[in-house]
Amino acid sequence: MLELKNISKSFTHKKQEKQILQHISLYVDEGEFVSVIGPSGSGKTTLFQIIGGLEPVNSGEVWINGQQTTGQRGHVAYMPQQASLMPWYSVKRNIALALQVAGINKQQADSQAKEWLQKVGLAEYADAYPHMLSGGMSQRVSFLRALLSPQTLMLLDEPFGALDALTRLHMQQWLLSIWEENRRSVLLVTHSIEEALLLSDRIIVLSSSPATIVDEIEVPFARPRASDLWSTPTFNELKQRIYEQLHTNN
Amino acid sequence: MANKQSRWSNIWPPVVTLLFIGIVWELIVRMKLVYSWLIPSPIGVFQGMIEDWPRLMEHLTATTKLSLIGFTGGAIAGFVLAAVLHFLPVVRKGLYPVLILSQTIPVIVIAPILTMLLGYGMMPKIFLIILVCFFPICIATLGGLAQADHQLKNYLSMIGASKWHLFIHLELPSALTNLFAGLRIAVSYSVLSAVVAEWLSPKVGLGSYLILSSRGYMPDRVFASVLLIVLMSLLLFWIVSFIESRCVHWRPKKGSQG
Repeated sequence: MLELKNISKSFTHKKQEKQILQHISLYVDEGEFVSVIGPSGSGKTTLFQIIGGLEPVNSGEVWINGQQTTGQRGHVAYMPQQASLMPWYSVKRNIALALQVAGINKQQADSQAKEWLQKVGLAEYADAYPHMLSGGMSQRVSFLRALLSPQTLMLLDEPFGALDALTRLHMQQWLLSIWEENRRSVLLVTHSIEEALLLSDRIIVLSSSPATIVDEIEVPFARPRASDLWSTPTFNELKQRIYEQLHTNN
Repeated sequence: MANKQSRWSNIWPPVVTLLFIGIVWELIVRMKLVYSWLIPSPIGVFQGMIEDWPRLMEHLTATTKLSLIGFTGGAIAGFVLAAVLHFLPVVRKGLYPVLILSQTIPVIVIAPILTMLLGYGMMPKIFLIILVCFFPICIATLGGLAQADHQLKNYLSMIGASKWHLFIHLELPSALTNLFAGLRIAVSYSVLSAVVAEWLSPKVGLGSYLILSSRGYMPDRVFASVLLIVLMSLLLFWIVSFIESRCVHWRPKKGSQG
């Protein structure tokens, strides 16, 4: 599905070269939910920019669906930290736009957007403008937009980072329930350990400056995820393990 | 209800001020503090206007037509040039300073040159208005196109949007507010420059009516044409604002919470 082969990236700032990513190799299987967790400033966003083809790499390759896509755009569906809905389009048009950009014709995109808004119980917001939505609602729309895009890989860039704790919790549950029924390959960047454990099949732990992979954890919980996951000993053990790794490597 | 009240409270202070000025003016003329053949009384202006109404209308129509043709031409030219410069940053870098520089040449100086080049017909007049209108629209649109939200741009690039997609779905809508600000300025300029253009070869239009009346010492007619010019500018300005409110319908209404 997605494969990163030995990606390295550095920026030159005031004639000083700063290594951001060092020998990053990772993969996401078909229908797998993988989280990348790391301290802030560890180059997670740069990693996404590279996968999305916006940043050139110094060395390494990006492969998506058996095709080398290094430096090519348009191979991913994307959900950024800020919902990034076009303020001049209604919710429905915003979703349809993502499909249109990916090459689906307008009518089909519109009807698909409408159908899905109904399916996930957001039909009443179809004609609302983004400024009328709460933060959580905007992110739902943003997620749906990424889910409906024909690109098979979804990149979620700290999608709940700007939300308050309670909304965040609701959103995680909501996303989980929809994703578990409509499995797609997902690469999620987060700095919440609980979020990574709750949502993903596998967690990749990064160190910072330069980012290297320090650990890879298979999350053993069955799907659909139970709501009392928090209180299980395994959950807390894993949480402790990741916490320590983030701590010792920075 | 509250909205109506606040609109009313916005309207009455300037109306009262204008009425007050009008009354004081009328009194000054009536008490013969100034010569009435030099400064006419407001009522005298309205009388002159009514007397000469058919001819005034003819001139008003001519000026309106001239302004609108020039304005439309300027708007199209300004918008197209802005879009082209937006897509060709190298050309933009070269042309932008020249554009700014060209604006230091006053209209009143360009007008005779255009007449010299293009004769006394409609062409130099229309061309003058286009030249005047095109600049504020072009600069405003360029600024608007460049200020598109960075995050939205990043999102669209990430999902593989082409330059054309970016232009149509992001940059153009972001530029609309600026574009309309430019259009509002340009539409007022268009009337102004139509009047100036008509001075140069006075045949038809409020500008020629104004200059001929002033040469003939008919101040009530001069004031009447000035009044019509002002009203026409206001009307065109209002029409542009109205179209803007129809086009830019997604913005949160003032006072309502998002």
